[in-house]
Amino acid sequence: MFGDAIKRQLSGLGGSDAVVPPGMYRTLRRKITAVMLLTATIPLALMAWLNYYEYQKALSREIQNPLRVIVNKSKNSFELFLAERTSAVGFIAQAYSFKELTDEKDLARILKILQTEYVGFVDIGLINDKGELVNYVGPYNLKGHNYAEQTWFNQVRIKGRYISDVFMGFRKFPHVIVAVRHSLDSGESFIVRATLDTHQFDKIISSMGLEPGSDAFLLNRAGILQTDSQRFGKVLDQFSLPMPPPASEAAVLQQQDGEGNDVFFAYAYFPDSDFVLAAIKPKAQMLRTWYTVRGDLVFIFAAGVLAVFLASYKITDQLLRRMREAEEARELALRQVEHSQKLSSIGRLAAGVAHEINNPLAVINEKTGLMRDLIGLRDDFPDKERFLLLIDSVLKTVMRCRDITRRMLGFARRLDVTLEEINLNDVITETSGFLNQEALHRKINLTLDLDADVTGIVSDRGQLQQVFLNILNNALAAVPDGGHIDIVTRGDAEGVSVTVRDNGCGMTKDTMACIFEPFFTTKKTKGTGLGLSITYGIVKRLGGEIGVESELDKGTAFTLRFPKHPKHEA
Amino acid sequence: MRMEDVNILLVDDEREFTATLAERMELRGLTVRCVYSGEEALKEIGADKPDVVVMDVMMPGLKGLDILRHIKATNPEIQVILLTGQAGTRDGMEGMKLGAFDYLLKPLELDALLGKIAEAAAIGGKA
Repeated sequence: MFGDAIKRQLSGLGGSDAVVPPGMYRTLRRKITAVMLLTATIPLALMAWLNYYEYQKALSREIQNPLRVIVNKSKNSFELFLAERTSAVGFIAQAYSFKELTDEKDLARILKILQTEYVGFVDIGLINDKGELVNYVGPYNLKGHNYAEQTWFNQVRIKGRYISDVFMGFRKFPHVIVAVRHSLDSGESFIVRATLDTHQFDKIISSMGLEPGSDAFLLNRAGILQTDSQRFGKVLDQFSLPMPPPASEAAVLQQQDGEGNDVFFAYAYFPDSDFVLAAIKPKAQMLRTWYTVRGDLVFIFAAGVLAVFLASYKITDQLLRRMREAEEARELALRQVEHSQKLSSIGRLAAGVAHEINNPLAVINEKTGLMRDLIGLRDDFPDKERFLLLIDSVLKTVMRCRDITRRMLGFARRLDVTLEEINLNDVITETSGFLNQEALHRKINLTLDLDADVTGIVSDRGQLQQVFLNILNNALAAVPDGGHIDIVTRGDAEGVSVTVRDNGCGMTKDTMACIFEPFFTTKKTKGTGLGLSITYGIVKRLGGEIGVESELDKGTAFTLRFPKHPKHEA
Repeated sequence: MRMEDVNILLVDDEREFTATLAERMELRGLTVRCVYSGEEALKEIGADKPDVVVMDVMMPGLKGLDILRHIKATNPEIQVILLTGQAGTRDGMEGMKLGAFDYLLKPLELDALLGKIAEAAAIGGKA
């Protein structure tokens, strides 16, 4: 409470014309915080970003390489598979004559050997120059079909070899045909055509050993699925993604699948046929470790930013508090200097005035004294008694004037302090005793609540009496008849505090800010305006502090605090 | 030494004050001479050595404390009582250090001054 009172007193001294406008600290805080945040966060963000991309790039490479390798390897398996089958069919076309191949029994035997040696052959047929299926062995009844109008027939006639896309055809299951033309010396030619089922394709794909969630399949260049895929439809469905640009070696693209998931799309075009091997791996699956790392990165970044924010906030806070404290201390010091300068100049003025008045007073005193002496010596002086009374009155008035000038001088020269050990309770009891009569007369309830723990302090008794007399006089002037004044003392290890509280008229904030100024008075003609100024000076000189709290029409409380030993003397 | 035999010198530039005070003292049977400046005081002391000097501290020209210093240097047995219009104890204390018998504040009470003069004369008499 006392501290508050002191603060209020100090802020009263500080006045309203604060040097620093209140908005400035807010702006300053915003600026400092922003600068600190930016300088700390930008490098952090940059580093996080770099880390993020570099790591992602490295990880992507790490992940893409095995994928590329596996796609390449499987492509080779496919090519090998097809090359083997093609060369087997080519061998048959060259090793046997047309005549031999027209024999159904021979052809059946050949198919049997083929099926034993090479997995995947379904049937075999012999087609003559005109596209007629001359001989056929297999599960379907195709003999007599004419293929002259079909594109593959024309292609095989031109290129000599032909591997078809997967198609259903007459057989109603996905298959591939391998056709090889053999030209005879006579200029005639015939074609041996065999059908392969695509189970082997599936086998090769499954041997890629892709983990669940990944997908691998064969496409043709037109984007028709050549094998079943897990996520892109059945065989012969249209592949839903755009075809990748042709590349002779396996390549990996990063793109999104139809559902918007990021995927690695590894593919390889077959140089000798229409096929494209494709493998699709969801990024999320492959980058699981990356995501963990990314999570850590984001967490660290966020934590870093938060830490920076908190630190900058805290530092700014402290910086501003120090600034504000320094500013306030400076302002207070300025005020105090101003105050004491005012006091000292008033003091000098008072001393001059007192001195100038004392000499004429001394003349009046002596002249009047002489008058009394002369009248006293003469027994026959008319109205002697009356004149003596008048002279006494003049002399008393002179003494009163002398007392006033002495008080003024006392204020001016800052009375010497005579230190002794004093119990404040005694001083207060004694001082309040002077006022008991007036209080009784006006039915004012003057109560003392004196703490038994109040120990002796080293101070000046006379000056303390003056202090309490001044404050109690003010309180008496403030309270109405029948009011009350409470004096409370409290002692502790450091010293003694005294509170004088009244329920009088109180005062406004403006008044409160001025009460310790010399010549400030609200008592109009009745006061000198020096009482509280002197009180303030004495309390300070005794190393104490004085504060005031007041509310208009509620009352006023003066709180004084005196140390056990005065810290400094005037 | 009887009070009537004490040789008193009053020094103060305020003539009205000095003359009146001297008259009042004479009325009480004392021997008093008045001078109105420090220079005169020195002359007067040289001409006829007083027992007690009652002197204002603040005067134009030679100041009370200068004269006090001079007196204490030449005639230390002369007792000096200082008068001051300043309630400040600074001049008074300074005077006491220089060997003044005492100091009184103006306006003064005649009885108090007479008491001091008697005490001073008693000391001077013994000296």
